[in-house]
Amino acid sequence: MRGATHAKWAACAVAVALGATACGGGSDGGGGDGAGIVSSSWGDPQNPLEPANTNEVQGGKVLDMLFRGLKRYDPETGEAVNMVAESIESTDQQNFTVTLKDGWKFSNDEPVTAQSFVDAWNYAADVRSKQNNSPFFSNIVGYEDVHPESGDPKTKTMKGLVVKDAKTFTVALTDRFSTWPDTLGYQAFSPLPKSFFTDHAGWLDKPVGNGPYTVDSYTKGSGMKLRKWDGYTGPDKAQNGGVDLKVYTDNNTAYTDLIAGNLDLVDDVPAQQLKNVKNDLGDRYINQPALIIQTLTFPLYDPGWSKAGMEKVRQGISRAINREEITKQIFQDTRTPAKDWTSSALGEKGGFKDMCGDLCTYDPAAAKKLIEDGGGLPGGKVTVTSNVDTGSHRVWMDAVCNSINNALGRGPVCTVNPVGTFADYRNQQSSYKLTGPFRSGWQGDYPLIQNFLQPLYYTGASSNYGKFSNKDFDKLVDEANAESDTAKAIAKFQDAEKILAQQMPSIPLWYQNGSAGYSERLSDVKLNQFSVPVYDQIKVG
Amino acid sequence: MGRYVIRRLLQMIPVFIGSTFLIFLMVYALGDPVAALFGDKAPDPATAARIRKDLYLDQPLWKQYLHYMGQIFQGDFGTAFNGQPVTELMASAFPVTLRLTIVAILIEIVVGITLGVVSGLRRGQLVDTSLLVLTLVVISVPVFVTGYVLQFLLGVKWGWVRPTVSSDAPFNELILPGVVLALVSLAYVTRLSRTSIAENVKADYVRTAVAKGLPRRRVITRHLLRNSLIPVVTFIGTDIGALMGGAIITERIFNIHGVGYQLYQGILRNNAPTVVGFVTILVIVFLLANLLVDLLYAVLDPRIRYA
Repeated sequence: MRGATHAKWAACAVAVALGATACGGGSDGGGGDGAGIVSSSWGDPQNPLEPANTNEVQGGKVLDMLFRGLKRYDPETGEAVNMVAESIESTDQQNFTVTLKDGWKFSNDEPVTAQSFVDAWNYAADVRSKQNNSPFFSNIVGYEDVHPESGDPKTKTMKGLVVKDAKTFTVALTDRFSTWPDTLGYQAFSPLPKSFFTDHAGWLDKPVGNGPYTVDSYTKGSGMKLRKWDGYTGPDKAQNGGVDLKVYTDNNTAYTDLIAGNLDLVDDVPAQQLKNVKNDLGDRYINQPALIIQTLTFPLYDPGWSKAGMEKVRQGISRAINREEITKQIFQDTRTPAKDWTSSALGEKGGFKDMCGDLCTYDPAAAKKLIEDGGGLPGGKVTVTSNVDTGSHRVWMDAVCNSINNALGRGPVCTVNPVGTFADYRNQQSSYKLTGPFRSGWQGDYPLIQNFLQPLYYTGASSNYGKFSNKDFDKLVDEANAESDTAKAIAKFQDAEKILAQQMPSIPLWYQNGSAGYSERLSDVKLNQFSVPVYDQIKVG
Repeated sequence: MGRYVIRRLLQMIPVFIGSTFLIFLMVYALGDPVAALFGDKAPDPATAARIRKDLYLDQPLWKQYLHYMGQIFQGDFGTAFNGQPVTELMASAFPVTLRLTIVAILIEIVVGITLGVVSGLRRGQLVDTSLLVLTLVVISVPVFVTGYVLQFLLGVKWGWVRPTVSSDAPFNELILPGVVLALVSLAYVTRLSRTSIAENVKADYVRTAVAKGLPRRRVITRHLLRNSLIPVVTFIGTDIGALMGGAIITERIFNIHGVGYQLYQGILRNNAPTVVGFVTILVIVFLLANLLVDLLYAVLDPRIRYA
């Protein structure tokens, strides 16, 4: 009976093992193929799906279907068009009166009122809500009261927001900001229903908004089913029956599913598949510039890089980079060589213009001359730094360095410093420890030229990692913000860009494109400036 | 026997504490995760400070560790950044990976041992040689190659199976990923059992059994195979642990939302609670699988006794 006793003990240990692992059961069903339903790839959103806490594309996708704010950016022109707003008026570019249209409601039948906006904005600004996008509200009077540098806030509301009646509220800004109404298409400014505040956990499990879709079911980590909301009264009713978002472990896998006919829409075609894409999809492939620019920023807090004359060296390095070749060979034309410090997705009307000119054109001889005229590289060397966990950063950094080394002809003076994770890189970058040029990506929050210049190059601005400071630049930005005429304001911003060309605090590299591939079932597939598919316009069948 | 099991279980405690501390240290060394939450933008200092405080990141490392362990013993594994409790992630990921592991292990056992027995009994013959060559090929091809090739051929080109697994991950969809996952281990199992069988076939007890006039079938299954399985069982035991945690590549290729995927996401986003929580469970799985292997020795070979 010896064997039997042993077996009993073994069985007992199995039971212990199972006890430790057998937790919980399955989840609910996968993709359904209802009529007119678009199935689309998705990634797990990084943060809970609150409008003011979402700062990346995956969460942004959902919010774009669920919410309509005061304004919305036209997917093609990028123009901010009134949505819920009837009018946003100001006489001094600092105090604004917002009037809402009639008839807007949330999908739970609650009307969208001035209070829905004011409550949402106060919540977003409150430091206790820990919203990523709270700085967007920092120019409203009373922001410091709800968002102090340290300690608990004294109050829950900002003085600058006043509800006049159900359809009207006023906003007081701390400074003049003429294009402020055009920023209101950003999702952080969405209105929120009462249930968001009364039953927060319940709302997060099944978000309720005022957009053309409603959430049918949401299984965190695996997918979300959105359905057309028949009661939607806005001008952009959904042209399909709904959207099934499916979380994929990898964009390669999603692409395989698209080719196999199990998925309708992939909005991020993986780099490895770009060679096959024409063969696999033909003209069902979209590749267009988005509001994203990659730059190489110089550490101007380091005297070696900021002393007089170094601007020539910085310009020289810019001229030593062969943007055309890199975007073609490494990125298969999914990047567009940069010609300014904004993005070509802004369009001519939005302020995009070739402001960099020759300085962004590859010319090794001129590059060598500029660098030597400026006194040479500090210490004779340059180290380029970036995180290398995504985006082929390692590959293009090597290419940039080779380009510089070849232009100078002095052996390997340019080296690459790869940082393993984005988090680690961000810590090095934001503690001002880097001593050579480093990668800075910038994704526009709204299609405004201001958004590409002020947060990055204004003295002391939040994302001014190189600590660039120039009085003339700051003055021009201030003037542009005070300018009531949009065209004139844009011209001022472009003047400010000229200073960037002279000083070259950062080298524009390329604009990042958005890409998408779709199945034969779909038509009218478009990407907006944020490289998010415009779901409500997609037609099925 | 009972005392032995209890002693082994007690020995697990220091191993458990040591390994979780090491993992905690390593994840901590990756740097501050809060800065990465804000994308390309500079983190807002006040908000970042609040998040750090909530996640206990403003405390010294040893305090963080004690706090974390204290929480674990209350069944709270912390919260992932998207607001989901880590226990919820585990509840959805572990059953999926467990199913995948079961499929892979079953394939390994059934196919691997059968092939091993066949080639062990026909040592030096054509079957044996061709199986040796075949296993060599399988071992030398990386998992992601077999994964993508089989996925493309069976899933896209011929359309026999779905190329990806749906979020439910039922057993029938896990067969292809299970085969991919099992292939390399299967080759090892075949080789291990072949060697073992080939050696034992000449052992005295086998000759005695044959001389007693036992039927060939009974000689092979009861006497030869049972005694030859010990190295194979050791290998499969450790393989269970490896498959539970190490299926990252296979899970990504086939869209399986299991442990490997969650770990990968956790590392990518520098999310300590997810990584440490999952690895802690994996440590326990490893320890228990090893205990199980040791106990199975005694079942297989009556000469082995534990006191």
